[in-house]
Amino acid sequence: MAGPVQSIERAAAILRLLAGGPRRLGLGEVASSLGLAKGTAHGILRTLQHVDFVEQDEATGKYQLGAALLHLGTSYLDVNELRSRSINWADALAARSGEAVRLGTPLEGRVLVVHHVFRPDDTLQTLDVGALLPLHASSLGKVLLAFGAAPLEPVLQEGLEAYTRHTLTRPEDLRRALAEIRDLGWGAEVQEMSMGDAGVAAPIRGHGGLVVGAVGISGAVERVCDTQGRPLSSLIALLREAARAISRDLGAARW
Amino acid sequence: MAERYVLSIDQGTTSTRCILFDHRGRLVSVAQREHQQHFPRPGWVEHDALEIWRNVQRIVPEAMAGAGADGGQIAAIGIANQRETTVLWDRRTGAPVGHAIVWQDTRTDALVEELRERPGEEFFLDRCCLPPSTYFSAPRLRWLFDRTEGLEQRARDGEVLFGTMESWLVWNLTGGTGGGLHITDPTNASRTMLINIRTLTWDPELMDFFGVPRAMLPEIRSSAESYGEARALLPGVRITAALGDQQAALFGQTCFSPGEAKCTYGTGSFLVMNTGTDVVRSRHGLLTTVAYKIANEPTVYALEGPMAVSGSLVQWFRDRLGLISTAPEIETLARTVEDNGGCYIVPAFSGLFAPHWRSDARGVIVGLTSYITKGHLARAVLEATGWQTREVVDAMNADSGLDLKELKVDGGMTSDNLLMQFLADVLDVPVVRPLVAETVSLGAAYAAGLAAGYWPDLEVLRGNWHRAAQWLPDMDPERRAREYECWQRAVERSLGWVRTPPPAG
Repeated sequence: MAGPVQSIERAAAILRLLAGGPRRLGLGEVASSLGLAKGTAHGILRTLQHVDFVEQDEATGKYQLGAALLHLGTSYLDVNELRSRSINWADALAARSGEAVRLGTPLEGRVLVVHHVFRPDDTLQTLDVGALLPLHASSLGKVLLAFGAAPLEPVLQEGLEAYTRHTLTRPEDLRRALAEIRDLGWGAEVQEMSMGDAGVAAPIRGHGGLVVGAVGISGAVERVCDTQGRPLSSLIALLREAARAISRDLGAARW
Repeated sequence: MAERYVLSIDQGTTSTRCILFDHRGRLVSVAQREHQQHFPRPGWVEHDALEIWRNVQRIVPEAMAGAGADGGQIAAIGIANQRETTVLWDRRTGAPVGHAIVWQDTRTDALVEELRERPGEEFFLDRCCLPPSTYFSAPRLRWLFDRTEGLEQRARDGEVLFGTMESWLVWNLTGGTGGGLHITDPTNASRTMLINIRTLTWDPELMDFFGVPRAMLPEIRSSAESYGEARALLPGVRITAALGDQQAALFGQTCFSPGEAKCTYGTGSFLVMNTGTDVVRSRHGLLTTVAYKIANEPTVYALEGPMAVSGSLVQWFRDRLGLISTAPEIETLARTVEDNGGCYIVPAFSGLFAPHWRSDARGVIVGLTSYITKGHLARAVLEATGWQTREVVDAMNADSGLDLKELKVDGGMTSDNLLMQFLADVLDVPVVRPLVAETVSLGAAYAAGLAAGYWPDLEVLRGNWHRAAQWLPDMDPERRAREYECWQRAVERSLGWVRTPPPAG
C-alpha cells in the first residue's frame, strides 16, 4: 500500500492552522508556522483557494478558511448556476439530436429536473423544470446513482417501484445496471418509466471529477433506440460530447 | 461537396465574437475575445478601435479552424455591432483619432441639455425621430470638434472619417487605406441623429446643425446587400450584411411581421417591436428606429424600449451587496420566499430610460418592514425587470395599436426560470425562448446569408426558428393589477430625487 500523500497532509495542516485562530494569516506566517518553503505553502494555498476551501483577502493578501468548507455536506453547485452554465450546450444538443434535453440533480431520493429544452419540432410541450423523477427508473437517476451523486441504499430500502414491466425492480438487476453505466460512462432507460419512451443520460462533473448532475436526451423509443431496443450510437456520441463540454466549463472556472 | 457556412461577427460592448452557422441556423463554431474598457473620467467610456480590429483578426481564423473550414466554404460575412459608439479615423494612415466613444458615455450631457432647450426636442423628433440624448453619436462629434484643434477642418477635407463599429470593420476588411469601403447601414445610421428616418439619407439640416461635414460620413447601404469582397482575412468572400446588435437580434428571432417583438435580457434590456413599413412616432416614450432594410425592398421600422438596468441590478446585488456569489443564485435566493413581501426596487441608477426618460430619478427600495428578508429583496430585483418590461410593452401597444401576442426572449437572464415565469405572469402573454441563444450573431448571419442567396427567403429562416422553452401566464388578474399599481407607485417615488443645483452666486 502506498504511504500518505505528503501534499494532502500539508494541506490538512494548513486548514487546521487557519481554523485555529480568528485572525487571517499571511503567506509568510503559514510557511514559517508549518516549516514549509514559501513556494510550497503558496502552491498549496492556491490550490485550496481554487476549490474554495481557502479565501484570500483582496486588500491584505492574507488567507482564511473558505465558505465552501462550512457547506461540505450540502451540494456545492447551485442548481440555477448549473442551468446557466449548461444552457448553450443543452440547446446545441437538442438542435443536433432533434430530441428533448433535460438536466437533473439529486434531491431527497429523487431526480430534480433543473433544466428542460423542448424537442425542436415546435409541437406543444410543457416545461418540466421542477418535476421529480424516480432515481431507479430514469436514465438521469441511474447515472446519478452510478456515480455516487445520490446514495443507493435509501432507494433500495424504499423499494423499487415498478412503473412498467421493464422497470428494474430487483436490487441485483439495478446494481448490475449501475456497474455497467460506470463502465460505459452513460446510462439508458428503455420503457422503464413509461411505455413507448426511452432516454439516455451522461454524468456532468465538477471540480476534481465529482458528479454534480446528469444531462439526458429523451424521446419516443423508436427514435432513441434501434430495432433491437439499443440506444442509437449517434445520439450517445452527441450526448457525451455535450456532457464533456458542460463538465469542462464547470471544472475550468471558479465558482 | 464541402459544407458551406455563413460567418458572423458580433462586435459587442465587452467582447467581439465570430460564429459560423450552417444551413439550419445551427451554431458550428465560435471564437470570442474581450477588449479593454477605458474609463478615463467619471461617466466616460472608451474603446480602442485598433484593439477591436486586432481581435477580429484573431477570432476569425480561430472560428474557421474550429469548424475546419477554409475561405471557400464561407458563403458570406455578416456583421452586428454595438450601436452608437463613435469611431473617427485617418483615411490615409488608417489610425483611429483617439479612442472610440462608447454608447454608455455621458460626456455630452451638458450639450444635450442645451439641445433640449434650444432648438428643443421637436426639431430633432421631426427629422430623425430621436430625442437629444447622450446615447447617440452626433452630439459626440460636436463635442470632439469643439475640443480637438483642427479636427473639424480635417473632417471637412475628407481626411478624417466617421463611423460606428460596423463601418470601421468593413473599411478594414475591404482594404483599409488601400481603398476600403466606407459604408454603414440604416439601422446604425438611424442612431446618429443625422439622418432623415423616412428617406434614410443624411439630413442637411441636422448635418448643418451639428456642423458635421458630409465628407466624413459613410455611404448608407442596405442592411442586407452585397457591399463588396473582403481583401483582408477572407480574401474574396463577400460582406453582405451589417446591422446594429438589437436589430440583429430582432432579425435572428425572425420577428419579420408587424407586432412581433423580442426582448434581449442582458446588462440592460432592449425590447424591439417590428412595426412594418410604417414609421410609428412614439407618443409614449419609445424610440422609433429602423429594424432592417433588405436590398431594395421597403424599409422595415421598429419601436424600441431600452431599459438601462436589469441584469446589472443582479450584478449590483452580487458585487455591491454581496448577498449572492454568482448571478444565477438570485433565483435560488428568491425561491426561499413565496412573494416580494410588499417590497419593490426601482433601479433608476442613472435615471430611468424607457418609457419615462427621467434623468432626475434615482433608485429606491420601498415597502421595507422588519418582515423583509434578503429573499424578498432578491424577488424584488427580478420583479423590477418584469415590471420594466410591462411598462415598455404597454407603451408599445399604445403606440403601435398592435397588441403583443407573445414575447420572444433571449440573452443571459433567460436562464432564470423564476424571472421568465414572472414575465409571462405580468405581461399576460406567453414568453418563448428560441433554441439558438446567440440571436445577435444569428441575425447578422441570416441577413448576410439572405443577401448571398445562401437562404432563399424569410420563410425558410422562420422554419429554422424552434421553441426551446415556453412560459405561460399563471397569475390571478386581480393580483397582477394590484402588484402593477404598487410598482407604479414605487416608480413615482423614484422621480425627482436629483435636484438641479441652484445657479451659482
